[in-house]
Order: sequence, then structure tokens, then C-alpha cells
Amino acid sequence: MGTRRDFLKGFLASGAVATAGVVSAPTLARETRPRPPEALGLLYDATLCVGCKACVAACKTANNNPAEFSTVDHLWDTPLDTSGYTFNLIKMYRNGTMEVKDQEANGYAFMKTSCMHCGDPSCVSACPVSAMTKDPETGVVGYNPDKCIGCRYCVAACPFGIPKYQYDSPTGRIGKCELCRHRHKDGHYSACAEVCPTGATLFGRTEDLLAEAKRRLAHKPGQPMKIPRGRLRHAQEKQLAGKEDGKGAKMRHGWRDEPDQTYEAPAGKYLQHVYGEKEYGGTQVLKLSGVNFAKVGMPDLPPDAAAAMSETIQHTLYGNLIMPFAVLGAMTWVAKRNVKPDDDSDKEGS
Amino acid sequence: MANNHHAAPAPVGGSLVNAVTLTCFVFIAMMAAVLIVRFLFGLGAVTGLNDGYPWGIWVVVDVIIGSAFACGGFSVAMLVYIFNRGEYHPLVRPALLASLFGYTLAAAGVIFDLGRWWNVWNMFWPGSINPNSVMFEVAVCITLYVIVMWIEFSPAFLEQMGKNDARRKVGRAMFFFIALGTVLPMMHQSSLGTLLVVMGVQIHPLWQTPVLPLLYLLTAITMGYAVVLFESCLTSSAYRRRIEMHMLTPLAKVMLGFLAVFLVVRIGDIVVRGVLGKAFVPSVEALMFWLEMACFIAPLMLIGAESNRRNPARLFLAGVLLMLGGALMRLNGFLIGYETGDGFSYFPTLAEVLVTAGMFAVEVLGYIIITRRFPVLPREDVQPAH
Repeated sequence: MGTRRDFLKGFLASGAVATAGVVSAPTLARETRPRPPEALGLLYDATLCVGCKACVAACKTANNNPAEFSTVDHLWDTPLDTSGYTFNLIKMYRNGTMEVKDQEANGYAFMKTSCMHCGDPSCVSACPVSAMTKDPETGVVGYNPDKCIGCRYCVAACPFGIPKYQYDSPTGRIGKCELCRHRHKDGHYSACAEVCPTGATLFGRTEDLLAEAKRRLAHKPGQPMKIPRGRLRHAQEKQLAGKEDGKGAKMRHGWRDEPDQTYEAPAGKYLQHVYGEKEYGGTQVLKLSGVNFAKVGMPDLPPDAAAAMSETIQHTLYGNLIMPFAVLGAMTWVAKRNVKPDDDSDKEGS
Repeated sequence: MANNHHAAPAPVGGSLVNAVTLTCFVFIAMMAAVLIVRFLFGLGAVTGLNDGYPWGIWVVVDVIIGSAFACGGFSVAMLVYIFNRGEYHPLVRPALLASLFGYTLAAAGVIFDLGRWWNVWNMFWPGSINPNSVMFEVAVCITLYVIVMWIEFSPAFLEQMGKNDARRKVGRAMFFFIALGTVLPMMHQSSLGTLLVVMGVQIHPLWQTPVLPLLYLLTAITMGYAVVLFESCLTSSAYRRRIEMHMLTPLAKVMLGFLAVFLVVRIGDIVVRGVLGKAFVPSVEALMFWLEMACFIAPLMLIGAESNRRNPARLFLAGVLLMLGGALMRLNGFLIGYETGDGFSYFPTLAEVLVTAGMFAVEVLGYIIITRRFPVLPREDVQPAH
């Protein structure tokens, strides 16, 4: 009957799955994607934050979100964490006597929690229906509820715990910061940065924000330092504004005119670490802090995005459907030999 | 050729109203009640889900573990038609039936968990699909596989309805559907493991590895054979039929072969990545890891010897352990070893458990109705030719 030989054939055919995967892996490996050159983002400087939560309130208004209560009296918006209805939150770190701001022992500190707008976002890679997308130009990670199926894979995938779902609604959506992209067309930038009184949350091109962050880190604690407020102006902004970008669209610099509100203050005691510069290949929101980032809720992340590994595996196995069709071909060939057309006839059984 | 002579499949017959079917009905009714509340008031009204644990037992147990339990059809079909081991042919239909139910329900059950289920068509809409998404691959493959399985199983229905022409037509193309029916589960069962990769550092290192697709595929196959052992023993005892030891004993050997490959990959991967130490840190994760490993290793001791594989009780127990091992690996990866930050905890609510139980009841009820009314199990009064 040649059973053993056929068995071997079947074994070889299915073994091809594993082998082909291993052999072709390096060719399809996808590197972690960097931020787009014109990426927009925020710089949050915890040493400048006074914990006023104006940004939390402005975010609620800008996104038309309801108040959430954590106190008995339900007097005002008091969310304890970001949620499907709270996209931005200032959290507080407390230790011991809480005497000194931005100090780890016996100190306290603030930390902003909102979408980091990753260069290579896990949520975008995870989303099966392209409801979560990354703008190729601004890099803003946006959400489209009209496509979203509510599977919450993005919620599970995000290492920052940012996309959140509205579990209390039969038509719940995912809620997350979209950098106020819906306000950009009116010349408004992120509401949190717009209202921040101290410039702790600053809006701008991530490249500029990164340079600004490094400029601050170069200051000795207490040294006088210029601090921009609101939106960080791009060096060539005047020349670029309103000009064609060569692809028929206007350069994206139609922000509203605002007076320059830069002020001077003593530099804070910074950790020499721009969070978001390298984490997961780089995020568009950057953070400075005096207290260890892990202590204030920002996870230790490798320089490679998980999305890169996931998509490398996915495309190694299924790229252009080459492997599935190769295996299907092999299986069909083997099955054709082994399956009699009348296999299930009642006279004979098999 | 797979032409060994076996007893032809025949309906078992008998009443459809008995204690088991009535119990199933009660569970199904309770599930329906929970689901009404869920669809009217949202997932939060009935589940213990939160943003730290966005996936609960409806995903992990009903879909991820449930579909692996439903790999009996794929595992046996692969053995019979790809490895050309015709002697196992009588196991195909019952195994396929259980798979058919497992998968159809897993696919339907996903809808209960989807927060915006009315948008689900985007999963198949060319303008919406995201081929980078592991979940997209899983969803498309599972959907196709459910359709393929209904086609694979259709001869049983067509035979009973006396539509022999249609049956012959399907029969002629069957080799292709059988081939599809082995490739599709290989694809999505491995991808169910890949689902974890994008979660990155949130998954405990004992369950986060680039070889996840291979680990999930291998355990899906061992769970498939384990479920066949489990089902055969259970069906034989429930319908008071002979246990098909002449098939189950060698089948168990095939299962142990896959198990051995799995253990080499699993342990090798942990050692190579240098995370073995994590298994010795006193933690819930380490405890669960060893529990999982015990379930995989114990069957080697239980039925490692040929003589022990002739003992139905040992086969049954080994099958149950392997099902449990594969289930634990999935539970550990997706829930126990998942940590997204402080302050979150998840434990399934009674309502969630009722839905999972209800889904299981639908499977059992469906299996009973179909085996009693359609030709699935081998006819008892005909002696096999060897």
C-alpha cells in the first residue's frame, strides 16, 4: 500500500511549513519604524507641571467627554485613570513626607498620562479593520469608530495602556487622545498644550520638541532657563507656512497666531533621559521627569517596537500568501492521492 | 489509499429528550438571558472586563481554547488523508462534527464579545482590512475554515437526505476541501499564538516568544488528538458502545510524537532565551507554568509504554491532561501572564461563566442531535474488517 512512503510525503509537506518559515525569516524582517519627519507631538516636562489639571478639563471639553466621578458628592470631574471618556490625566507620585517636588524619596511629582503617539504603534498593527491608523504625515494615531468592531485588541496591545473601551455602553467606543486632530483645521493645536499655564505640556513637531528637551537637560538645576509656552515654533515656520508642499497640499502650518509667551524660570532637576526618544523606536510625545520614569507609571520599553516583531512573523508566514498557497498545493496533491472520490459511500465505508 | 474496510457511519437513533439534553437546554436558556442584558446594556453590565483585562473568558476560553479543543477534526483528517493512515477513518466524522460545532460556536461567540459587532463586516471589506494585523488573519482563516468544515461534513447530511447526486459532486472535490481544511487550521491556530507577540513586554517572558506560532500549532494538534481520545471514550460510555481501542492506542502514539516535538521546542526556547530562571521565582506565574508543564509531561509517564496505551482509563486521563495543558498554556499567556500595569484585576463573573457554559451546552446538544439523527458514528452491529 505504500503507506509508509505516503506517510513520509505527508510529513515532508507539512514540515515545509516550519522550514520555509525559518529560512525566509531574515528577508521579510521588518525594522521598527521611525517617527515621520514632520511628526507632531507633545513635550511634557514634569518639573514644570503644577498639577492644576487645566489640561484634563480642556481635554474633556475639546473631545466632548462627560465628567467621571470618584468622590461621593459627584461635584466635579475626578477620574482616577484614563478611560473611554478621559483621554488625558495628570497623575501624582507620592513618597514619604512628600516634602520636595520632583524628588523620589520623601517627595512628590506629577505625570501626564495620554497617548504617546508611537512611531510604530502596537494598536495600529493590532487593529484588524484599520480603525486605528497612523497619519503618514503628522504621525497622529487616530481612531475611526465607524470601522471599529470593538474587539479591544488595541487595548490589550498598547504597552502604555492608552486605548480604552466604554464598557458601560451597548455601543461603546474606544477612547484615546488623537492630539486634537479634529481641531487642527481651525488652526487649534492640542487643547492640553493650549491651556497649560506653565508650558509643562508643549505642542510642536517632535523633532523640535526633542531638541528642546535636550536643551533643557543641558541646564544645571536652578540655572535660569527660557521656557516656551503653548506651541513650540518651528525654526523655518515663517518660510514654510502656507506654501505648497509639491504634492498639491498646503504645508501644515496654519496654526493660529498667538503671542510668544516664553518666560524664564530656574531649570528643574532632571533625570538625563528623554522618555520617548528611543522607547519602542521612538514616540511622538516626549517626557522629562525628575523621578524615575518607572516610578511614575512609564514602563521600561525596549528600543524595538513589538509591532515590528509581530509583523515580521506575520509576513514571514503569510507574506503575499506564498507559504499558504505552497502548503495548500502540497496538501492538495497529497490529499488527491489519498482521498477516493467515493470515500464515504455507505457500501464500503471508507 | 485510505480504503481500509470499516463499519459505515449510521445514525445512533433513540430519543432526543433525556436528562442530558434537558440540562443543555436549561444552560442555553440562561446564556440567552445573559446575552440579552449584554446586548442591551453593554459588556460592562455582565462581564468583569476592564481596560487592564480587555479580554476575558469569552475570548480566551470560548475562542482561543475552544477552537484548539475543536482541532480534533483537523488533526485526524491530517492523519488520515495527508499521512494516509486510512485505519483511523471511522474517527474522522465524529471528530469533524465536534470541530464543526467548536469552531462554528467560537466564531459566533466572538460576536458576543465584540463591542461594536455591527461593524464586523469591515473584517472582510477590502477598504478596511489590515493585513498587518494578526487578528485579521485569524478572523479570515477561522471564517473560511468554518465554511470548509461544513462542506467537509456535508456528505453526512446529503446522505441522510438521500441527495446522492449532490453528495457525489461534493465528493469529487473533497480532496481540495480536505487540503484546505488542514492548511487553514495550521494558519490560524499558529496565529492565535502570534496574537500575543504585539503585546510585547506586557506578557510574562515564559509565554512571550517569537516561536509562539509553532508552540500554539503543536499544542493545537496534540489537543486535537487528546480531544478525540476524550470524545471516543465519552461517546462509547454514554452510548454504551465498544471503545475503539484498536484505533485509539496507535493514535495515542502519534499524539505523543507531536507532544515530544512540542516539549523540545518549548523547553529549548525557554533555555535559549535565558528565561528559565523566571520559572523558579516564587510567583503565581511560575506556579502556573509548572502546573502547565506537569500536564504536558504526565501523559508521557501515563501512556509512554505501549502496554499502558491499551488501557482506556489511562488514555482518557492522558487525553484530559493534554487538553488541560494546552488550555493552561493559552490561559497563562493571555490572562495569568498578562500584566498591563498596577491596579487592574479580572475574575470572570457568573454571567460570563454562564455564557461559556451555555456555548458548551449548545455543542453537546448539537453533537447528541446530530449523532442520533445523522450518520456520524460507525454502525455498531458491523464488525470492522480487521
